[in-house]
Amino acid sequence: MSGSSSIPTRPPAAAPPEAAAIEVSHLTKVFGSRTAVADVSFSVARGEVFGFLGPNGAGKTTTVRILGTLIAPTSGTAVVAGLPLGPASAAEIRQRISIMPEAPGLYRRLTVTENLDYFARLYGLRRREQRISEALTAVGLGDRAHDLTGSLSKGLRQRAALARSLLNDPAVMFLDEPTSGLDPVASHEVHVLIASLRDRGVTVFLTTHRLDEAERLCDRVAIMSTQLRTIGRPDELREALFSRSLAVATAAPLDQPDQVFTGLPSVQGWHTTSPTANGPANYVLTVTDPAQAAPAVTRSLVAAGADVLSIAEPQHTLEDVYLELVEDTEGRTR
Amino acid sequence: MSMSATRIGAVIRKELAEFRRNRFILTTTAVFPIVFLVSPTAQILAIKTTALSTVLERRVETGLFLPLLIPVFVPAILAAYAVVGEREQGTLEPVLTTPVSRVEFLLGKAAAIFLPAIGISYLMFGVFVAITQFAATPAVATAVLHAPQLPAALVFIPLLAAWAIWVGLAISARATDTRVAQQLSILGSLPPVALTALMSFDVISPTFTVAAALAGGLLVIDVLACFAVAQVFDRERLITGTKPTTEQQYRVRGA
Repeated sequence: MSGSSSIPTRPPAAAPPEAAAIEVSHLTKVFGSRTAVADVSFSVARGEVFGFLGPNGAGKTTTVRILGTLIAPTSGTAVVAGLPLGPASAAEIRQRISIMPEAPGLYRRLTVTENLDYFARLYGLRRREQRISEALTAVGLGDRAHDLTGSLSKGLRQRAALARSLLNDPAVMFLDEPTSGLDPVASHEVHVLIASLRDRGVTVFLTTHRLDEAERLCDRVAIMSTQLRTIGRPDELREALFSRSLAVATAAPLDQPDQVFTGLPSVQGWHTTSPTANGPANYVLTVTDPAQAAPAVTRSLVAAGADVLSIAEPQHTLEDVYLELVEDTEGRTR
Repeated sequence: MSMSATRIGAVIRKELAEFRRNRFILTTTAVFPIVFLVSPTAQILAIKTTALSTVLERRVETGLFLPLLIPVFVPAILAAYAVVGEREQGTLEPVLTTPVSRVEFLLGKAAAIFLPAIGISYLMFGVFVAITQFAATPAVATAVLHAPQLPAALVFIPLLAAWAIWVGLAISARATDTRVAQQLSILGSLPPVALTALMSFDVISPTFTVAAALAGGLLVIDVLACFAVAQVFDRERLITGTKPTTEQQYRVRGA
């Protein structure tokens, strides 16, 4: 795959500008008696890589299909690539976007080039050969252009599908599990490609189960579970969901920990996570500002004669956020 | 967005390329015509010089009717696979994410089946007539050449093929299983064949007016069928297997 081997660092996420690439308002989709998507609203800025996360059956694919004009919403409105979602603009929206479904959906008796040529013609593209060549080069499939797609490995078929979604130079790309089935090297190459798309101003709507992928690539993420559970930058979500804390480890349990920790600046409370009488002890302090609390805690521990092993701020991952929200939802629905 | 010849042409090209590389399709399109050619040809060649004129007439009627099944069965099987087959392969959803409209997609599919189907049908019919002219007795050869069914067959081949294609596509757009679609498609193709058979065997008097009326009716149905089939080709149903629950369906306005 072309491009640098490292993923460009994520730029600061801006609030969606006035002309967002995607603007969704109170979107709902009901299949019979089952509600797949309930009153979902969000917007995605132009050039943003937007992660759409959620457990199986959360309504992610349904949302993508609605925004891709494949299925109609039961209620609610949306603007995609500058056009209002609706029957009159459906074909034009499809011209401006591309969707890569989770299954590659390639014609196995046709070569990679023939598959892409078919779609290039459906998009009415000019200079088809050049566009196909560029798309194949971008995903590192230039040397397999004339192979039957039925003879390719799953990973290579996934790349061919990705090349197909690049053909029409879309303003918005919907990628449904783009690294599903790919080995680590191929996944990394897809990540590099997504980062390069962002640099070119393409809006990427990324549906994924891989939280490390979302954390690394996405400017903002939304977590779905039929309803929108939360939305924001990964670091914002961590801060909003988890109280800030300091983890303190000492060589032995403190004699009077309450006296050591109570009343220190920024420290709001504490509890121990190792209630044994002997051996190393661990304490978690709830703090408002770890940078202000850490020096004061250190001084207090030294004054109390404690042998300090470490003082650190625990790092919550996007996975922690996800599990917290999804388990909370599942707990309430049980 | 207006109808695009490029998009229709793209579907035709893709379909023909797939046909060429699919042994099942090649076998099907070869076996049916051969069966419907061999049987009437053998019957015609078996007629003796001394045969009664009624026997001769009956054999010629049968001989000229059986090749008419080629433009029905071959396209019916191919059309039945056209939509549900793509759905089973997982190739339909990516296509539906492109600007191609339902009518363009269906016209492309129909044309890709129609062209080889009528090509094979006319070829088989031509081979049949040629064999009778060179290998049958002079009386049989003359009877075949002057039978009123001969020009009628030339007119009905494309009309029957088009009917079979639209019936097959309509069933394929609603079916969830290729085998069921193919069986239903063959059944659905039979009504106009039955009418043609009744005329071929003089059950309905095969006057020029009756034949012209039937041909005209089939032509009108074939032209309108494209839009009727487009109505049952519903993106949402095809992708999710459920019927849209809202007024806002993308199948309106040719989208």
